[in-house]
Amino acid sequence: MSEDNQVFEPLTRVSARAAMLPGPNMDTDQIIPARFLKKDRAKGYGQYLFFDARFDERETPRLVHPLNAAIPPKILVVEDNFGCGSSREGAVYALADFGIRVIIGTTFGDIFHNNCFKNGVLPIRLSAKEHQALSTSLVQPRDISIDLSAQTVDWGTGQASFAIDAFWKECLTKGLDELSLTLSYHADIDQFEKRYRASYPWLAPTN
Amino acid sequence: MSLTLFDKIWSAHLVLPREQGPSLLYIDRHIVHEGSFHAFNALRARNMSLRHPEQVFGVPDHYVPTDARSAKEAANPEIANMIVQFDRNMQWGHVPHFDLADERQGIVHVVGPEQGITLPGMTVVCSDSHTSTHGALGAIAFGIGQSESMHVMATQTLWQTKPKVMRIWVDGQLQAGVTAKDIILAIIAKIGAAGAVGHAIEYAGAAIESLSMDGRLTICNMSIEAGARLGSIAPDDVVFEYLHGKPQSPTGSNWDKALAHWRTLRSDPDARFDREVVLDANSLKPMVTWGTSPDAAGPIDGVVPDPAALTDHASRAGTQAALDYMGLIPGTALKDISIDRVFIGSCTNSRLSDLREAANILRGKKVKVPGIVVPGSGLVKRDAQAEGLDRVFIEAGLEWRSPGCSMCAAMNGDAGSPGERIASTSNRNFVGRQGPGVRTHLMSPAMVAAAAVTGKLTDVRELV
Repeated sequence: MSEDNQVFEPLTRVSARAAMLPGPNMDTDQIIPARFLKKDRAKGYGQYLFFDARFDERETPRLVHPLNAAIPPKILVVEDNFGCGSSREGAVYALADFGIRVIIGTTFGDIFHNNCFKNGVLPIRLSAKEHQALSTSLVQPRDISIDLSAQTVDWGTGQASFAIDAFWKECLTKGLDELSLTLSYHADIDQFEKRYRASYPWLAPTN
Repeated sequence: MSLTLFDKIWSAHLVLPREQGPSLLYIDRHIVHEGSFHAFNALRARNMSLRHPEQVFGVPDHYVPTDARSAKEAANPEIANMIVQFDRNMQWGHVPHFDLADERQGIVHVVGPEQGITLPGMTVVCSDSHTSTHGALGAIAFGIGQSESMHVMATQTLWQTKPKVMRIWVDGQLQAGVTAKDIILAIIAKIGAAGAVGHAIEYAGAAIESLSMDGRLTICNMSIEAGARLGSIAPDDVVFEYLHGKPQSPTGSNWDKALAHWRTLRSDPDARFDREVVLDANSLKPMVTWGTSPDAAGPIDGVVPDPAALTDHASRAGTQAALDYMGLIPGTALKDISIDRVFIGSCTNSRLSDLREAANILRGKKVKVPGIVVPGSGLVKRDAQAEGLDRVFIEAGLEWRSPGCSMCAAMNGDAGSPGERIASTSNRNFVGRQGPGVRTHLMSPAMVAAAAVTGKLTDVRELV
């Protein structure tokens, strides 16, 4: 992949504050409520992250919320099926703009999981047992380390390795999304399209 | 080698197959709505244009007013701007589209099938998770993010990791008063909101085959609510008859060629699935949700569950939080829950047969709570009016609106008030989904109509 199209800060090692964010099936409507999706990205989406949970009706911060801690986390440890529901990439914009680089859970919503890679956020799936051990160590937020090249999470009292497609690992490590790679295959796409259209002549749009 | 329906469509679209990780997949149709502004902005930022604008189709739905038909009558200037910006992007990209004033405008997942934009065997994407709807025509259709949308605009392809395939076999026949919505709510309750994560679902079996096109669209629509990447049904004569003569369906010799190919789009008899789930339609009852995730559902003759009875700590805490938000006490009969408002609409249940189902319950009756009926498209609205369904709703005391996502996504200004309890034909009962503090109970159009008549959750079978 060419490296002149960096779209986010490369991610290799992250040693930073981690916090637990409890709740199963945390849908993207919770991560960013729908009313903020029409906002201009240029002004940053971090302010909208978990808005209805972080702030009360008067928009005063709820101090118990993990994202309102004096040292904001860069790593979130979440429960099952995080990021389910709506495909809104605004959910990942909000996480990324807030400064979250790594999200550790057991399962993620598929669309959310894909969206993470395009925005420099690393979603890590651990086994239920490893996740439990990590969660137990995070009763209070504290620093933990993620090494993407070694594919490990280290929380001091324990360690776990995680799987990631080599493809997405390379994108994250270089700060790239996959568009520049795809464009390098334009001849393959042209050839495929020619063959494909000959096989399925009825698919040419009529509008 | 024996192949599944999914395998057949997937392999026909592989530009660059890879054993490990994502493969490069060709995309036939890309549907866009107002949310696509991020993708258009990203494309412009890279000085790129659309590779095949003719393979993209746009229609505004999420932000459009349902009580007016122009951007300037939208709920507020920020919302109006979403519609205006969409029109500008359509013009900039030379994208075929219907604007708000067009009679054919409607919800993306209603308009796509209705216009013949989605056809069997296609790959269809849209930056909306309910794109799974289009799988009812025998397509691979899935929701994507804005970055992926930009990638499709630029290259007509996507890098996708091949999902596993799950077959959900629904045997038997539905009893009177039980519908496609009840099948899918029962499936989600059975396998859970994450039950199909990483999977493509194929729905099959006698109960699925006997569904109308509209019922099949409802089933596939909520695949994402079980966590699935997509949901499909093998196309048969129901689909072919539905598509014949649609504005963008193939014609003449192309129709014959297409039909011959479409008839091959079914799983081979001995095809292997990564997972199989079986459900019996004979024993299904009308379903309602009681919690804040679509899998928190049960038959209408049941009660609100007791979190204390759950052994797992996380499920207990999650269920308690859901009941606190919903304002429900464990052990309460679902039929004793009073409602404040109803909503009939959304990409799940806003098609003509959905409206007929609701109207059959409401005909000659008066509602006890207010509510709106929002047809899925201008053509659905036209056809419903031709049958007099609008009069049935209005005479019962409901409002008859114009098409859009409306109170399902609550982005256009149509929303409930904090604390209100809504019986809704939509697809998500998430915290705050229909407005901050609003409590949503999901159910079929007939069940919402029944709830409107009595003012509480009701077994529709007792009203007919």
